[in-house]
Amino acid sequence: MTLPPLLDDAIVLRAHVDDWRAAVREAGRALVRSGSTRSEYADRMIAVIEEFGAYVVIAPGLALAHARPGPDVLHEGLSVVTLDEPVPFGHPHNDPVHVVVGLAVSNAEEHVASVARLANAFNDSGIVGRIANAESADEVRALLGFDRAAGA
Amino acid sequence: MKIVAVCGVGIGTSAILKVNAERALDRLGLSADVDASDLASIAVAAADAQVILTSTELAGAVRAAIGRSFAEIIEVSNYFDVEEIGAKLETSLG
Repeated sequence: MTLPPLLDDAIVLRAHVDDWRAAVREAGRALVRSGSTRSEYADRMIAVIEEFGAYVVIAPGLALAHARPGPDVLHEGLSVVTLDEPVPFGHPHNDPVHVVVGLAVSNAEEHVASVARLANAFNDSGIVGRIANAESADEVRALLGFDRAAGA
Repeated sequence: MKIVAVCGVGIGTSAILKVNAERALDRLGLSADVDASDLASIAVAAADAQVILTSTELAGAVRAAIGRSFAEIIEVSNYFDVEEIGAKLETSLG
C-alpha cells in the first residue's frame, strides 16, 4: 500500500491552545483541510479520550489522537500539530503534550504501514522535542521520514 | 506463545505497541505472535494469551474485562521505548 502523504495543510506549527480538547481539534481540522476526514472525526477523537482516558499520550510529550474507522473518514491520513505551550492530557507519566499526531484510517488493516513508519521515526527518543521545535512543514516531514511533495 | 497489545479502539496505539513489542522480542531472541486488539474484544483475544501489553491508563479496564484469564498484564509507559518493552517482557517471560 502507499503511505498517506503529509501535506502542508496537515501540518500546524506552534498552535496556541487552551486545553487538550482544543489540541485534538487542531489535529482534526488539519485532517479535514488535507481531505482525509470530515469535521465530525475530531469529535470522535475527543470521545475516545473521554471514554478511555489519556492513554493516547503514548510517549513523553506526544499524543496520538485517533478514533475507529467510520463514514467520516474519507481516506487514510495523518496530521501533525505542534503546540507553542504544552498542555496536560491527564497522563500519569507522559504529560504535558507538545506534539499531537492525528491519525485517521478507513479500515483497521490498512494503517499498519503508516503506523510502522511512525514507530520507526518516534523510536528515536529525542524526536518529539525536535518536532516540537520544527520551523517548517518540510522540517517536520524530514524528521518523520516523509518525502517532500509525494508524501511517502 | 501469544501476546496481545490492547488499546481503546484497536487501531493506532495498539498497532504501535505491537510493532515495538515485535522489535523487542527480536532483540531478546524470543518469538511470539503479537496481536492488536481493542478493549471490547480483549476477553476473546486474551483467552489463549500469556501476556497482555497495554498502557497504565487502560490496565484496570483490561483487568476487569479479562476476568479469570491467566494472562499477565504488562503496563507500558512509553510505547516507543523498545528497551522498556523488552525489559518488561523479559521479566515476565524469563
